[in-house]
Amino acid sequence: MTTNISFLLNGDQISYEIKDHWTLLHLLREEMGLIGTKEGCGNGECGACTVIVDKLAVNSCLYLAIDADKKTIETIEGLASTDGTLHPLQQSFVDNGGIQCGFCTPGMIMSSKALLDENPNAGREEIKHALAGNICRCTGYIQIFESVEAAKKMGGQNE
Amino acid sequence: MKPFKYLSPTTVEEAISFYGQHSETAKYVAGGTDVIVKVKEGWIEPDFLISLKKITELSDLHKNEATGELSIGAAVTHATLEKSLMIRNEYPIIYDAVSNIGSLQIRNVGTIGGNLINAVPSADGAIPMIALDGVVLLHGPDGERSCAVKDLFVSPYKTILKPGEILKKITIPPQRPHTGSAYIKFGRRAAMELPLIGIGVLLTVEDDLETCTKARICLGVAAPTPMRAFEAEKLLVGKKINEDILRQAGETAADESKVRDSVRGKAWHRKEMIRVQVRRMGLACMEIIWNNN
Repeated sequence: MTTNISFLLNGDQISYEIKDHWTLLHLLREEMGLIGTKEGCGNGECGACTVIVDKLAVNSCLYLAIDADKKTIETIEGLASTDGTLHPLQQSFVDNGGIQCGFCTPGMIMSSKALLDENPNAGREEIKHALAGNICRCTGYIQIFESVEAAKKMGGQNE
Repeated sequence: MKPFKYLSPTTVEEAISFYGQHSETAKYVAGGTDVIVKVKEGWIEPDFLISLKKITELSDLHKNEATGELSIGAAVTHATLEKSLMIRNEYPIIYDAVSNIGSLQIRNVGTIGGNLINAVPSADGAIPMIALDGVVLLHGPDGERSCAVKDLFVSPYKTILKPGEILKKITIPPQRPHTGSAYIKFGRRAAMELPLIGIGVLLTVEDDLETCTKARICLGVAAPTPMRAFEAEKLLVGKKINEDILRQAGETAADESKVRDSVRGKAWHRKEMIRVQVRRMGLACMEIIWNNN
């Protein structure tokens, strides 16, 4: 019950022998050591595990790794430049208090990135609609929405 | 999660033949937003998951402009429906319902067919399909058959599907001119929450833009399965649509419903909301009809 898959992860071509029942979250965190993506509920309710698959935000806890075959995956690890310069969304969350405990942040930022990549001019309602599946128990969301709006002005979409 | 083997057929026939080999040890899966949760929680323990993702015909979404018939493949995702301008403009009731299912992460992966097959009493996806007189096409070991979406549901979490059968597509017959439709998922919040009550209304009127020739009033979480309020519908047909008659239809629909108390709300509250929302959705239908004229 193992299968070889290949996919593009944060710009790198990856081949991996996986077990059929692994989730993408398991592959990223437990097998590849990319622990930026968080596991919250494990049932698709909280959005902490959000990654981008072929430009769409998905819950990696419910997405089977085998379905990532031939796909393009983006995780929080792929956002900052190699010299450590943060992506505009990351910088904006820091500057605008969009982070408190930080556990929901990678998921929030990946959902925001998927939104701004598709719609660089997303308004407040569109931001709320896109982030409705990301639960934060600290901020009350206002600073998060403000962070996304500020990132928009900084060019939060793909350069 | 208990290990399973993942099979990826490319045709419906191949999927059914996989099921024939493994029968009840196998489970079909499309988006997986319900099935994977069930496997993770240990509610089901399949040895084989038969994925329907690589069967291209199941992801087909198109309207036949010659006949006016809309065809929605069972594996079309909620997000695909939500983003389709054709759906948004011509079938607003579908847009209203699918754009608040789960979260965007769920809608990007979860499918309309899966939403129907899962057969929860609240299935947001079912209400518009019933209101639009949708028909499902099923394909199983004994061949194809079809049935109205409203007859698909037997009881909570149970449909008429036989072992090995696959829901292939939902067909929506052509809509008459001067038709409006609207759905509201009513609850504390729309996202990541099941509705307290789901209300879909579709109205068709004559060229005078007020006399009703067809009415559909469909309710979710109002009975063990999605239901139509037939008496309320009858009340509207042949009448001039105004707020008064819609209020009466709301009363009738509330009386027809089989609402009950649950953790999300009390029966009396649900009835009250049916009264209010049938009227409001009816008015929303009329707004759409007037705006499109």
